[in-house]
Amino acid sequence: MGKKILRINMTELKATYEDVPAEWARWAGRGLTSTIVCDEVDPGCHPLGPNNKLVIAPGWVTGSPAAPSSGRTSFGAKSPLTGGIKESNAGGLSGQKLAKLGLHAVIVEGQPTDKKWYYAVITNDGVTFHEADGLMGKGMYEVDDILGEKYPKTAIIGIGQAGEMKLSNAGISVNDPENKPGRYAGRGGLGAIMGARGLKAIVVDDKGGPGVEIADKECFTNGRKALAAAIGEHALTKKDGGLNAYGTAILVNILNEAGGLPTRNFSSGHFEGAAKISGEAMSEAIEKRGAGKMGHGCHPGCIIQCSNIFPDEEGNELVSAIEYETAWSLGANCGIDDLDYIAHATRECNDIGLDTIEAGNTVAIAMEGGLLEFGDAKGAIKLFDEIRKGTPLGRILGQGVEATAKAFGVHRVPTVKGQSMPAYEPRAVKGIGVTYVTTPMGADHTAGYTIAPEIAGVGGKVDPLSNEGKGDLSLAFQATTAFIDSTGYCLFIAFPILDIAEGFAGMVDTVAGVTGLKITGDDVVPLGKEILKKERLFNEAAGFTAADDRPPEFMRDEFLPPHNVNWTISDDVLDGVYAWVHAD
Amino acid sequence: MQVEITVFATLRRYMPDLPVGGSRQIEVQHGATIGEVMHLLELPPEEVKVVMRNHRHAELDETVNEGDRIAFIPAVAGG
Repeated sequence: MGKKILRINMTELKATYEDVPAEWARWAGRGLTSTIVCDEVDPGCHPLGPNNKLVIAPGWVTGSPAAPSSGRTSFGAKSPLTGGIKESNAGGLSGQKLAKLGLHAVIVEGQPTDKKWYYAVITNDGVTFHEADGLMGKGMYEVDDILGEKYPKTAIIGIGQAGEMKLSNAGISVNDPENKPGRYAGRGGLGAIMGARGLKAIVVDDKGGPGVEIADKECFTNGRKALAAAIGEHALTKKDGGLNAYGTAILVNILNEAGGLPTRNFSSGHFEGAAKISGEAMSEAIEKRGAGKMGHGCHPGCIIQCSNIFPDEEGNELVSAIEYETAWSLGANCGIDDLDYIAHATRECNDIGLDTIEAGNTVAIAMEGGLLEFGDAKGAIKLFDEIRKGTPLGRILGQGVEATAKAFGVHRVPTVKGQSMPAYEPRAVKGIGVTYVTTPMGADHTAGYTIAPEIAGVGGKVDPLSNEGKGDLSLAFQATTAFIDSTGYCLFIAFPILDIAEGFAGMVDTVAGVTGLKITGDDVVPLGKEILKKERLFNEAAGFTAADDRPPEFMRDEFLPPHNVNWTISDDVLDGVYAWVHAD
Repeated sequence: MQVEITVFATLRRYMPDLPVGGSRQIEVQHGATIGEVMHLLELPPEEVKVVMRNHRHAELDETVNEGDRIAFIPAVAGG
């Protein structure tokens, strides 16, 4: 039996299984969700209205036996935060289980006419719909507990209160192996799209599923071995290597050293309290408290295991995971150097269903706007309860940075296309700034992670403060990333395969082996560019112009300490990054 | 002359008494290179991926100056 498209119609509460159209068959992950959104969603539609759709797809190799660190699930829709196309992907359990059920993609469309809320259960026998009364108003920890008890050993995709309120900063949660929320398709407000379909949760039970077929087993097996060897060998991704020992927050001290750690709403690149919220500090706290762990895997089969479980002061497991982005957004960018506050605030985000990057940036904007002082952790934690309760203030904060900046009269707004910037200051790390500004996703570091050569010396070394070659560098990373986001592999496999050629070739061979596609390493960038072109054209049809590919005004005007640099990359360079879309 | 040195993440295993985020002043000879400072600290060259001098990328063959801050960085990345 070939793969199927599962179409869930929330207007009719009906599920249909369709053959995969030829033009969709060669894509998976981000390539597939973006293709389906482009084919089926009117770029001019209101993101929360009846004509938007939520598309969910595992990657090419997701669910295949022993492909390392390949459990990603891609979510796509038109974003309420950016007004453009959005692909956000997450770890957790859902990708592998959808793939093992033989599902190429799930398309959620329509809206219940009775205004009721539902959850859907996908099994090998089909889809059942259930009224969600007992789940409404509940955060994701409780939702995962309730559904996990009723449907053991399943993947749970769900939204917290933020998604129910259709807030623009609502993310989609995927449960981790401990059945906790924390693996989020966080960026771009896709939780609001799920909420707008009247869908509180999707349970995925893969028992009895057909599994993933391998077209060329020898090609797949050889590729898998080469990739796994590269991951296991590289100092960053091997067992007890950087990511395994310190998590992604290993970067806090490094970006601070480079003068590129955005601090107090992007007013400095250096935070005096960085060490206290670093991966090293997390590791020491976990050891001292004798609870929690570094080196936690977010999905079965991950051999990098960069996640963590952080305990509270009494040694009770509190939250998974404190990421670099989380430690920065809720910490340094708010002038807060308290790891325990960050852990509690992260748990609030995971429960309410908020993207931690946008949430931390929003608190920083509220601080700049005078609602509270920078560094006020006690005041900040109360803001999450405002969002949970849906107070007027909470609803403003839940809309993210731009809405909050308007409400509080703040002109220093670190956004591109409506989405706030992650944890790398673009004035101090110019290439990532080009990615923020030009990617179809709005400000997003994962869309083209030039940090690898600019900061980490991975895949070469490039001066972060220099403008030279940054347009081409960003495009190369954006195209390669679009491909990797389609594989189902965690983006972090990019680090070893950028340094170890055999690993790169092995990664491509696993895709060729599973799918039967005749591709080599030479096809990675062209295929990635095909995806970028679709996304770019969607945004153009939605009304985006060159004016949307610009950095915030204040970054041109204000000089960032400690390097005292401003944004100096010309508009011509920015416009050149995607010029090929209409030239080819 | 004195320079300030610091190490991060997995390299802290070679300077376990250095607190997280801490640095140390050390005495080096005039004309010493960053590579020689690395050798002095007994940091394994294969584990040093990037070096920063005064918050900017630097190379091992560069000569250090009085008062420089030198940071040794292992393989790092994240998201």
